[in-house]
This record gives sequence, C-alpha cells and structure tokens, in this order.
Amino acid sequence: MHGLINKSVQAFLRDNYGPSLWSRVAQDIGIGPEGFEAMLRYDDALTEDLIRAAMAALDKPRAVVLEDIGAYLATVEPVRRLLRFSGTDYWEFLFSLEELQGRGRMALPDLEFPELRFNAECRGRFTLEVRGPIPGWGAVIAGLLRAMADDYGALVLIEVIEPQGICERVQVLLLEAAYVEGRRFDLARPRGGL
Amino acid sequence: MAARCTVERWEDALSGLSPQAMGQLMPMFLWLDRRGTVRALGPTLGKILGPECPIGTPFAQHFQLGSARARRSAAAGGGAMAGGRRLHLTLCARPDISLRGSAVEVGQNGAEGVLVNLTFGIHLVEAVRVFGLTEADFAPSDLALELLYLQEAKTAVLDELRALNARLDDARRSAVTQALTDPLTGLANRRAFELALDKALQGLALGGAPFALAHVDLDHFKAVNDTLGHAAGDYVLTKAAEVLRAETRRGDVVARVGGDEFVLLLRGALAPARLAAMGARIIARLEQPWVFETAVCRISGSIGVALSAHYVTPDAGQMQADADAALYSSKRQGRGRCTIAGSGEMAEGDSRLS
Repeated sequence: MHGLINKSVQAFLRDNYGPSLWSRVAQDIGIGPEGFEAMLRYDDALTEDLIRAAMAALDKPRAVVLEDIGAYLATVEPVRRLLRFSGTDYWEFLFSLEELQGRGRMALPDLEFPELRFNAECRGRFTLEVRGPIPGWGAVIAGLLRAMADDYGALVLIEVIEPQGICERVQVLLLEAAYVEGRRFDLARPRGGL
Repeated sequence: MAARCTVERWEDALSGLSPQAMGQLMPMFLWLDRRGTVRALGPTLGKILGPECPIGTPFAQHFQLGSARARRSAAAGGGAMAGGRRLHLTLCARPDISLRGSAVEVGQNGAEGVLVNLTFGIHLVEAVRVFGLTEADFAPSDLALELLYLQEAKTAVLDELRALNARLDDARRSAVTQALTDPLTGLANRRAFELALDKALQGLALGGAPFALAHVDLDHFKAVNDTLGHAAGDYVLTKAAEVLRAETRRGDVVARVGGDEFVLLLRGALAPARLAAMGARIIARLEQPWVFETAVCRISGSIGVALSAHYVTPDAGQMQADADAALYSSKRQGRGRCTIAGSGEMAEGDSRLS
C-alpha cells in the first residue's frame, strides 16, 4: 500500500486524538512512534492492521473511523486545495468526482485510489459507486464529500447505502449548492507555505 | 486539417455569436482591425490589460510579438499574424509574463482584421498570482486548472521527498557512525581504524604525508576487572580513552580494537624522540590512580610504535606486526614503557623490521 494512505491514517489519529493515542496504535501494530513515510510503500496487511488498531483505540466501528478519516483529509489544507481545483462549486465538484482517481494518479502514479462512478438519478439525487482495493473506501469518500460540502458551503445529505456486490455506494442529496458562503479558495497558493 | 461543417452560409449563421458568447468560449480572445487596433476582447484579457478600456487602442501599446517575423507583420496591420503558426506575445506592462496563441483572418482576405486566441504559457502560475485570476477566468476547455493542480501536487510530493531524503540521510549517517564507533568509549572501532589505515597508506602511495602507528595495551587492566568488577573495568577503559584522546591531535585516529587494546594513527612526520615523549606522557597519565566509587584503580600502559617513514613501501600487515613486536618488547622490558620499532631499543629477537 502507498505510504501516503497509512500516513493519512496516522495524521488523522495524531492530529485529532493526540500523540499518545497514536503511539499506542503504533505499538499495537509494531512500528515506531515516528510512523509511516508518505513516499515509501508498505505491506498491504499493515494498512489493515492499522485500521483495526485505530478502531480498537477509538472504540468505533470501521465505517465510522473511515468516514472520519475522509472528513479529516478534506480539512488538511494541501489536500483541500487539490480537491478544490476540481470545480468552482459543489455541483461541478460532484460531476468531476469520476476524474478523482485520474487526478490522484496524475500526482502519484502508484497511489491506490478507488474508481468512482457518478450517477445522477433525479433532481439533486446522485449515487456514487466506489470500487477500491480495500473495503471501506465508500465510507472514506462519504466523509470527504461531507467535509467538502462544508468547504463549498453546500447543503447536502450524504449516506453510505447498501453495496452492490463489491461495489460500495454513497448516496448524495444536493439540497442547495450554494447554501452558505464557502471557505476561501484562491487559485494562487498563498505565499509563505500552507 | 480542415474543420468539418454541414452549415451553409456559415457567416450568416454565425452572425448571432455575441461578444459575450465569444468571451465565454474564449475568455482571452482579441479582435484587431486591419490597422492593428483592438476592436473587441475577452473578459480575462480585459482583466489582464487593466482597468482602462483598450478598445480603439493599438495592439502594440499592450503587446510585443515574440519573433522578428511577427513584429514586422504587426507593423503591417496584424493581418500577417494569421499564418497558422504559434504566436508568442509578451505583455508590455509585465514583460516577465508571456502569452501564446494563434490568429486567423476575419472577412474576405482579412477585411475585418484578425481574431487572436491567447492562453498563458509556462508563466501561468505567476499570471494567476499577479492578476488575481479565478476559475471563472478560464474556459473549461483550457487545461490551466489541471496545470495549476499539477504544480501544487508536484510541489507537495517534492517537499515530502525532500524531507524523506533528509531523514534517510540522517539515518544513514548515524548508522555509519554506529558501525564505526566503539559504543563504550566512543572511540573508533577496529573497522574504522582499518579503513583509516588503508586510506593513510593509499595517501602515502600518492605522495601523501607519512604517519606513525602506535599499539597501546593497558597493563594490570585484568586485575582491576577481576577484583573490582566489570563496572570498574569499563570506567578505567573510558578514562584511558580520554587520556588517549587528550594526548593526540584532531586529525589523528584513536581506536579501541580489543578488550584493553588501543591503536593510534598519528599523522605527520613525527620524529622518534617526539613519539617517545608522547608515549611517556600517555603512560604517566595512565598511571595516575583513578577512583571508581570508593576503590582506587591503578593501571599502566605499554606502547609499541611503527613509523611509515621506516619502510620503502609501507604495508598495513607489516607495520601492524612491527608495532606489535615493539609493544611486546615494551612488555618484556617490564611494561609501562614505549618502544619505537627499529630504534635499536628493542630487545634482541623482537625486531622484524628489515
């Protein structure tokens, strides 16, 4: 698995719950407290161990942990900025989700990002089909979509619904694309780093 | 490459294309008349050229064409810009930002001037910053946003890689240091010493400086270790290491190569008398009693020295054997002394120097 994925889980645990919880999780899975390197690759089984250890440490079910991770990622400024390049408003963002895998690969060709298929059903209702290398990507994407709705200032209802075979599904009900003013996004990266 | 078209009377059909629609499709279009005066322009280009309306002003007031051929054609009224070739323009107000695009003639033989469509080239990131451009300033068909996205993604990945490289380099350095250091005394270990000796010999072969090799054995160390325990033994080794370090210079190598065995690689052309004095100083300091907890530890040292200058072609094995023989001679003569190999002070049968 790409180190960026493990590193994201690590950053989520450390930033949201503190270094001591992260150290416990690291010890559980037999790695040092310095954790993962985003630009190295790790055994796939280690990612699974990491998710299980995080579930145990937080005492939360898998889907909840993964959704929280997705929401966390969208608040990390460099990631948020890269996501905001997908569209001017939430509507455009939703319609560009199918490109998300391609965008991810444009930056990191060996990143195991899930394949997303976007179906518009009726006025404002969409179903997103998620096919990822490990189960649970649907929940991660649901968390990400929810946090990005806040970022764009859109009013949405997002729900992980029954999977169809190996294909996980997320339902999006877009009530208003511009409900409140979203967070600021300038095309030019602010000077002095992020 | 001919465009496909099923429309008859194309010009009439297209007359419904408003400047607004044109600007939406091509936010950086520019329409010049035959004399090179601006007739119309897209909203993004307008934003770039500043608050004063450029309509009716000459092209050359705002842009400079990139090549001599193009400059001539601009002077001729702009019609000759339309050649299907890529155009390069720079902004007069911002010569650091260049634009590129292409131009086509409008009307019969360019009677209505030329239509130019522009885009940012490689200076996109800078242009976005300087002119405060937003997503709305780019046509959806323009890859500008993808380019900006890639630029940021690339920067983030490179930052990560740079940080990773720095961490790996630190780890490598400390691994190398660990692999070459004696953990108890912090001196060089046997491996580090052998590397240094090889290097000194190679340097010598290339006309480098001579050096001396000193083997130092602690005397009575075993007694300290056996009667006062390992902790006292370790303490004495640490103190002995301090003495050796203090009595040598920065460029010299001090190594612990066995339990109570040390070697010194002393650089430079040192006279035997100076080496003997140095040996005597070391031994005198080793013989000062050290107090470990409540116990007094007394040791001494025996030293054997070999000088590279004594050999026609110095060789690591031979020099070490000769330093050992000199050390052995010091021990045989009652310990607590320093012997220089080949100096004539060695006991009969000890010298293997030829």
